[in-house]
Amino acid sequence: MSTTEMNLAPDDRRLGTGAPIQDTRSDKIAVACIYTALGLFCLAILYPIVYVASASVSNTSKVAAGEVWLWPVGFTLDAYKAIFDYKSIVTGFGNSVFYAVAGALVATVLTLLAAYPLSRKGLPGKGLIMAAFVFTMMFSGGLIPTYLVVDQLGLLNTRWAMILPAALAVWNVIITRTYFMVTIPEELVEAGKVDGCSDFGFFWRIVLPLSKPIIAVNLLFYAVGQWNSFFNALIYLTNEHLFPLQVILRQILIQSKVDPSQMADTSKLMHLKELQEQLKYSLIVIGMIPPLLVYPFVQKHFVKGAMVGSLKG
Amino acid sequence: MTGPTETRADTQPTAKPPAARQSPEARRKGRVEAAKPALGLGLRIRRNWQLYAMLALPLIWLAIFAYWPMYGVIIAFKDYNVVSGIWGSPWVGMKYFERFVESYQFWRLIKNTVFLHVYELVATFPLPIILALCLNTVRKKWFSRSAQLITYAPHFISTVVVVGLVVVLTNPNTGVANKVIGLFGFGPVDFLGDAGLFRHIYVWSGAWQTMGFAAIIYLAALTSVPPELHEAAIVDGASRLRRMWHIDLPAIVPVAVILLILNIGSILSVGFEKVLLMQNNLNLDTAEVIDTYVYKIGLASAVPQFSYATAIGLFRSVIGLVLLVLANTFARRFAKSSLW
Repeated sequence: MSTTEMNLAPDDRRLGTGAPIQDTRSDKIAVACIYTALGLFCLAILYPIVYVASASVSNTSKVAAGEVWLWPVGFTLDAYKAIFDYKSIVTGFGNSVFYAVAGALVATVLTLLAAYPLSRKGLPGKGLIMAAFVFTMMFSGGLIPTYLVVDQLGLLNTRWAMILPAALAVWNVIITRTYFMVTIPEELVEAGKVDGCSDFGFFWRIVLPLSKPIIAVNLLFYAVGQWNSFFNALIYLTNEHLFPLQVILRQILIQSKVDPSQMADTSKLMHLKELQEQLKYSLIVIGMIPPLLVYPFVQKHFVKGAMVGSLKG
Repeated sequence: MTGPTETRADTQPTAKPPAARQSPEARRKGRVEAAKPALGLGLRIRRNWQLYAMLALPLIWLAIFAYWPMYGVIIAFKDYNVVSGIWGSPWVGMKYFERFVESYQFWRLIKNTVFLHVYELVATFPLPIILALCLNTVRKKWFSRSAQLITYAPHFISTVVVVGLVVVLTNPNTGVANKVIGLFGFGPVDFLGDAGLFRHIYVWSGAWQTMGFAAIIYLAALTSVPPELHEAAIVDGASRLRRMWHIDLPAIVPVAVILLILNIGSILSVGFEKVLLMQNNLNLDTAEVIDTYVYKIGLASAVPQFSYATAIGLFRSVIGLVLLVLANTFARRFAKSSLW
């Protein structure tokens, strides 16, 4: 993937100047500059990612000696093998997958349930309910009161603490609602009514099948949000068997804590320091890959979603 | 599953002979108008009970996880203790707010928070606009699509991993950043251990992460520009840059104003997770902001001070709300585009 993108800049300068439409000379220069700037910018975005990916499959001592610049030096998969020696990474990965899948499902269902009625014309009390949702975007109880609520519900140190407090994002409700208002015309609703279709039936049989793009976007955003979230785990969880991957990543990457008791094979204790260096790069890759694999499939809906979402209504 | 219902819905009007003679428009209108005003409020509520039933779960969630904490905010005015609970704890009025304003931390926290946010705003707010304008002029589909694919990517990387990247890349011994400046003869710098560099690293790693995705909303706004405008301008001899400036940019301004208002409203709440992750004992001088301080005295400390931390958090939220309202009023008057 990276090789083709690495070559963008030079290629495009050529293509840009040869543009088919009758550009003036100064326009051609402007276009060439724009293509070059965009190409360089893409390189700047990619470089850290490619570097870390290369470092993760390079020989640790070569990385430390600064011999890795772009491509792997002394190819080895030791760093990835080290991950399997460290128990909490494996459980953390499993936990994160669970939180992402369960969290995305719960949150998407809640979002659709909130957004559809609020998209319907003439529902009594709609304005008030909408205001109740939107107000929470501008003002919130804050960290401690929210923590106390989660505590009182007895959710501390349970998997629910990861899923329930993050189960609805008002912004997603607004976008989803606007999507419904644009794609489900009032005539269709009326026709369904005349036909004797109940609101439940209409939602299930007409609205949902017409809303696959917005459902996909919701699922993606909530799943990525769960996968990437670490703060809820930090404050609500103390049982390390429940920790998501991000908390483990923080310990190893940022706080440089490697816990010897987490190692399956104690004979490797000798290499603790070395292991830690190896783990860093491979962990970044492991933490980064799942969202990066998923988002391109939903990418085409982003601009359309933003367009729909920016319509006020 | 959808098939039969849809076709039935479509053919329904023709099945009714009297209505079929009218034009489809008039028929539709007549039905809508006849259905609505005739019904009383009570009947309309009963007719829609299934919609309310759908709203029930989200509303319960909202009550528990958004409004219950708002009620809990009153502990900012009380001496909260676990045994008496929120309601039973004794009132202390403004004690904790006074304590915060008079504490030696106060000005340092305000300064750090505002500096960090304003720096971030000034440095990174225009970037997605420029990026969107550039992407919009690109005619090669494959180029603009892959540029978008690449620039969106960092948005999907977690804060922990981004900070991890910064840590790894700027490591004084092994980081590639130090090797680069080493080539120019500069000694190794502990970037994250330097309070003077904290803000730059925070802001520019943030630009790396967010600017591509932030351009989406501007790209969406640009799709509303009618192509005839550009064609007419080309006939008049306007250069590409002139068209960007006079046609594309004005189409973006309303969206930009709204985002700016939202940004000003959150001036006291910087990207809290990231600041917390980037903090260490060496850079705390510039890296301690209101939210991280609330977390530390409220939850991370051995003797949690719930009431004091809540008071500081409330102080921040109220100022944020006031700024949001002010910015909105200002924008409505001068930029003719506002949130409400």
